[in-house]
Amino acid sequence: MAVDPLIELRDVNKYYGELHVLQDIDLTVGKGEVVVVIGPSGSGKSTLCRTINRLETIQSGRISLDGQPLPEEGKALARLRAEVGMVFQSFNLFAHKTVLQNVSMGQVKVRGRKKDEADQRSRELLERVGLSAHAAKYPAQLSGGQQQRVAIARALAMDPKVMLFDEPTSALDPEMINEVLEVMQQLASDGMTMVVVTHEMGFARSAANRVVFMADGRIVEDRAPEDFFNHPESERAKDFLSKILKH
Amino acid sequence: MDVLTDNFSDFGEGFLGTVELTVYASLLALALGFVMASFRVAPVGSFRVFGAVWVAVLRNTPLTLLFFAVLLGLPRFGLVLPFKVFAVLALGCYTSAFICEALRSGINTVPKGQGEAARSLGMTFSQTLSAVVLPQAFRSVIPPVGSTLIALAKNSAIAGAFSVTELLGTYKTLSELGYSIIWTFVWIALGYLIITLAISAVFNILEKRWGVAR
Repeated sequence: MAVDPLIELRDVNKYYGELHVLQDIDLTVGKGEVVVVIGPSGSGKSTLCRTINRLETIQSGRISLDGQPLPEEGKALARLRAEVGMVFQSFNLFAHKTVLQNVSMGQVKVRGRKKDEADQRSRELLERVGLSAHAAKYPAQLSGGQQQRVAIARALAMDPKVMLFDEPTSALDPEMINEVLEVMQQLASDGMTMVVVTHEMGFARSAANRVVFMADGRIVEDRAPEDFFNHPESERAKDFLSKILKH
Repeated sequence: MDVLTDNFSDFGEGFLGTVELTVYASLLALALGFVMASFRVAPVGSFRVFGAVWVAVLRNTPLTLLFFAVLLGLPRFGLVLPFKVFAVLALGCYTSAFICEALRSGINTVPKGQGEAARSLGMTFSQTLSAVVLPQAFRSVIPPVGSTLIALAKNSAIAGAFSVTELLGTYKTLSELGYSIIWTFVWIALGYLIITLAISAVFNILEKRWGVAR
């Protein structure tokens, strides 16, 4: 993989009180790379994902995006966040807005697009995720899988440089997982830079350029998916894989 | 009955005085309460402290004492305004503390993920609050804000003690003229009832239109 780093984390440490949730994390994600983060619950993978757009603050270390260090607060941070799309486990669509308004809001408020222009773009994106028929509905009227696809469209509407996925399918019924994964597969093959925290090993195998395995707040392995799944090096990873791949 | 028909203009003046105090003080209380609630959830620590102090001081001061402080205190610092304006200031600031807390409890009912989603799109704190959090908080605060404004309407009677024309104050003139105090109070009570029922009606409509759907 060509090294043209888009996201860089150096010596990142984070504590929740006594708990050391991120320990000396070093991670580089290149442009166009798809990095899948896996690991047992409580290993810090979601936290890692959330520090990249500073929804979680860190105690020490450096995080930079496209060469720029993450600002502390305020307008500069907001500008940087606009470049980073984020998809949450619980969708977090704006409950008081229609699907179309959800996708358009950021474009109008943050990118300064005209409403018509934004709505036009939103419709294109809803088409792309297969939901153009639902533009006028409210989030509560959609299934989980549909909501998550709207959330992806909403994040894409900002034309982000990178997309973060924080367990995007963990709150979905099994039959809805695929419709979301398909959209993500498509994004990956379109060359989007992605960091994906997930338990979907199939997605990790097929879409990832690299798999990052985390346990107890550390990155234990960081390798190509085939290597990782077929020949895990650490005991921790072997143990984890044996538990999830058995059945 | 004579009390009302003989002195209709006195009652009318008092009634309008109370309406005026209620409307202006409500607007001030809503505006200030909104600002203070924003301060109390702001990312900047000094804003949060300011909001907390504002609420603590105003909510815990007896309203009569606050009236004394504003009407007698402020002129000492060279700020001389009509008593009616002072009354609106005192009532509005006092009630803003309650509005602020009602709004804040509403903000806390909005799931954290809503704000996180807005911030992750690159919205600023004020955009997140005004476009995502407050519109959802607003739905659950309609009933308590209504109650607070009804309390404000009734609290405005204190202004009468500071020679601002308002409804309760009309009883003084009328009892001096020898009218039955009981009937005077009945009509006064009816006047307050008209105002408070009107406020209730407005908030019922708001709740029907915007309230949380169940």
